[in-house]
Amino acid sequence: MAKVIIIDDEPLARSIVKEYLAKHPQLELLAECGDGFEGVKSIQQHQPDLIFLDIQMPKINGFEMLELIEQPPNVIFTTAFDEYAIKAFEAHAIDYLLKPFNQERFDKAVTKWQEQQQSHVPAKTEELLETAAQSPAQNQRVVVKNGSKIKIIPVHDIYFMEAADDYVKIHTHEGYFLKNKTMSHFEQALDEQQFVRSHRSYIVNVQQITRIDPYEKDNHIAILKSGMRVPVSRGGYGKLKAVLGL
Amino acid sequence: MSVSLFTVRRFLISFSIAWVILMTDHAILLWSLEWPIELAIIDSLISNTLLLMACLLVMNTIRYYTPELNQYLNVLCMCIVLTILWMVLSKWLLGLALNSYEGYPLFLRRSIMVRSSIGFLIMGIVTMIGIIWYNWQDQQRSEERKSDAEKLTRDAELFKLRQQLQPHFLFNSLNSINALIGARPAEARKMVQQLSDFLRGTIKKEETQWVSLQEEMQYLQLYLDIEKVRFGNRLTTIVETDAQSLTLKLPALLLQPIVENAIKFGLYDTIGETVISIKTSTGINNELQVIVTNPFDPETSSPKQGTGFGLKSVQRRLYLLFDRNDLVVTEAKEDQFTTRVRIPQLPDMTT
Repeated sequence: MAKVIIIDDEPLARSIVKEYLAKHPQLELLAECGDGFEGVKSIQQHQPDLIFLDIQMPKINGFEMLELIEQPPNVIFTTAFDEYAIKAFEAHAIDYLLKPFNQERFDKAVTKWQEQQQSHVPAKTEELLETAAQSPAQNQRVVVKNGSKIKIIPVHDIYFMEAADDYVKIHTHEGYFLKNKTMSHFEQALDEQQFVRSHRSYIVNVQQITRIDPYEKDNHIAILKSGMRVPVSRGGYGKLKAVLGL
Repeated sequence: MSVSLFTVRRFLISFSIAWVILMTDHAILLWSLEWPIELAIIDSLISNTLLLMACLLVMNTIRYYTPELNQYLNVLCMCIVLTILWMVLSKWLLGLALNSYEGYPLFLRRSIMVRSSIGFLIMGIVTMIGIIWYNWQDQQRSEERKSDAEKLTRDAELFKLRQQLQPHFLFNSLNSINALIGARPAEARKMVQQLSDFLRGTIKKEETQWVSLQEEMQYLQLYLDIEKVRFGNRLTTIVETDAQSLTLKLPALLLQPIVENAIKFGLYDTIGETVISIKTSTGINNELQVIVTNPFDPETSSPKQGTGFGLKSVQRRLYLLFDRNDLVVTEAKEDQFTTRVRIPQLPDMTT
């Protein structure tokens, strides 16, 4: 028996998946969730083998929800229309169901998943999330996990970001949050007019900078409104000057 | 086509009058110099008719070939050449006709310089008037073309703005219907009807540019009913309309994108139940006022997000129709986002 969870904010959309699932007795439906928060909780609780996941949902979308789970389960995406999501699916050859879909199409997706299970094809979730993060909806906020709580940080609240091993420390007025991503991910995903990689290990929000002072020989240091100091390398100084129009 | 026949005729009349005056003046001048009246008239007729022909030739040339700024020298040369030709021709004709009068050949020879100067002057003036006239006509034509093109783009843009329909909404509604077919076929049938009526409304033709609020609210209700089926208990709507405002007019399909924006912003920015309220009233100057409110989470989103594509297109439409940018106002207070739209009532708002 494989464990299954449905995550979709529209009740009727959940019910049609449930209806189609009834033809697959080897799949056991453990839970239905109406948003990503419930989804994260439910996945941690039930450790499902497969989830049916909608993209557009309240507060955090399907991709952002997956980012919060350390070892995401296999996913069959269901979506009505989302240019960016479909681009991401196609780039990584991941199966998805376009609403409305019929039983045959649903069965095909399930069969494909089962075949992949048997041949041990690794799911390319990480690459998919990397591509999906380029969508305009997602470069306005960063979703992080703070203990058991989920925190949504609007990008304008970010002071700066700092590399920390496999994580990125996101500094805000509420302290810092950790996100399991790379610096170059954020450098690409965030608006380059607002966030500048001032240093190999730092990305700074230019709207937070009050001044830039020389520091040691070739380097500078950016002083933020909050009084925090962010290192600026020689190359980073050039990039900052270009963005600030100096 | 562009310049009305009236102005063309007026131009021709003024031109002819000027010529009659010139001829009369010429004859009176000779007569005052004590030449016989018939000589004065014949002299004037010959010289000025020839001059008229030369001038018409100039006008005709300019008509098809408007000189550029650096080609005015060519025009000057043309005037000089034509003046000389005119002088030679009229001297020969005048001699032929009037040499029998005593003293006339001498007078003709002596007056050549004066005649040429006046002829050149007149030809210069006529050329200048011609250039101005044809330039003005060109400008009129191109302005008319421009305003025609502008009107076309404006119409097309207005049409497109009205047609904006979110594919997301359409496919999700179809998905809901698909789910209802198995479980609750009667509701599925009802929703198919609502969706069809809604879609029919979006493809209404140009003639229904203005509709009454009553009509628009009926259409909006279809949309709200569909969204309520989709989102179930999460979505509650409060609609309050004052009876007087129902008769006021507004551009067709204006409110749906505003409400769609509110629903999206409300439902996707909050968890749990979402209440969308729509209130209409009659404001100052009999203006129609519509206020749409939705909840949002001030901690995670800026109110700027509320002014998404839907509102921009409404703003653009109202600008194109009323030439005003202040008709859509948004406000974020605590956790409520308010969109306020005012629609002035114009005298020509009949459908």
